[in-house]
Amino acid sequence: MKRRTFLKGTVASGMLGVAASAGLLTPRMVLAAWPETAFAAKGIDEALDSLLGSTTLAESGDIKIKAPEIAENGAVVPITISTGMTAESISVLIAKNPSPLACSFALGGSTQGFVSTRVKMGETSDLIAVIKSGGKLYSAKKTVKVTIGGCGG
Amino acid sequence: MAKKKIRIRAKMKGDIAEVKTLMSHPMETGFRKNKKTGKKIPPHFIKEVVCEHKGNKVLVASWGVAVSKNPYLSFKFKGAAKGDTITISWNDNKGESATADAKVG
Repeated sequence: MKRRTFLKGTVASGMLGVAASAGLLTPRMVLAAWPETAFAAKGIDEALDSLLGSTTLAESGDIKIKAPEIAENGAVVPITISTGMTAESISVLIAKNPSPLACSFALGGSTQGFVSTRVKMGETSDLIAVIKSGGKLYSAKKTVKVTIGGCGG
Repeated sequence: MAKKKIRIRAKMKGDIAEVKTLMSHPMETGFRKNKKTGKKIPPHFIKEVVCEHKGNKVLVASWGVAVSKNPYLSFKFKGAAKGDTITISWNDNKGESATADAKVG
């Protein structure tokens, strides 16, 4: 299996996690490897650069984002990202959130290009899925309207 | 009864194992304020979720505060068989962690 260079930190911290659960390390060391700068980044480019080391995205028709057109509750927006590509990682960014990077998944060699989860959205915004495959970044977008801000409308 | 922190369901669909999991966690962003005191509620969220099958990491998720409360996660992978054990663990920004396993059905 080709070792992915991507998300070195994440994989390394995953290993640390195993070590930690075996009582070899303190939890603090595990947390140190989490891509903090990427999650703290206020801009999409900044987040991508920090997480994936590139901001060059190629739009791809082979990425499907399943998300509601209109999300009634921005606190729980169900999303599913799937692709036919051999994905090394799947990342989800929400353009208008205070920190755009919502979540990132590093996939193992036998894992399918599919993840489903639920995210929070502060307001109507583009949802951007970025997939790393063969060392390149591919992306797809979908706009989700959020009807309830914080006041319950 | 102690609240189960991770619930996992794994099922074979053809040669692909479909795993669904629910974790119970507040996923506090750090942006919300306590209405009574007006003070910000400190962030408390899961940073990393590791899903393993036979010692291989099939999925490592890095999460920020934008993942919803009581997170749901689903993924699929090949190479599993009925009866295999899947282990899922998370750790959060306060250093708390939880681990659970389930058999593929």
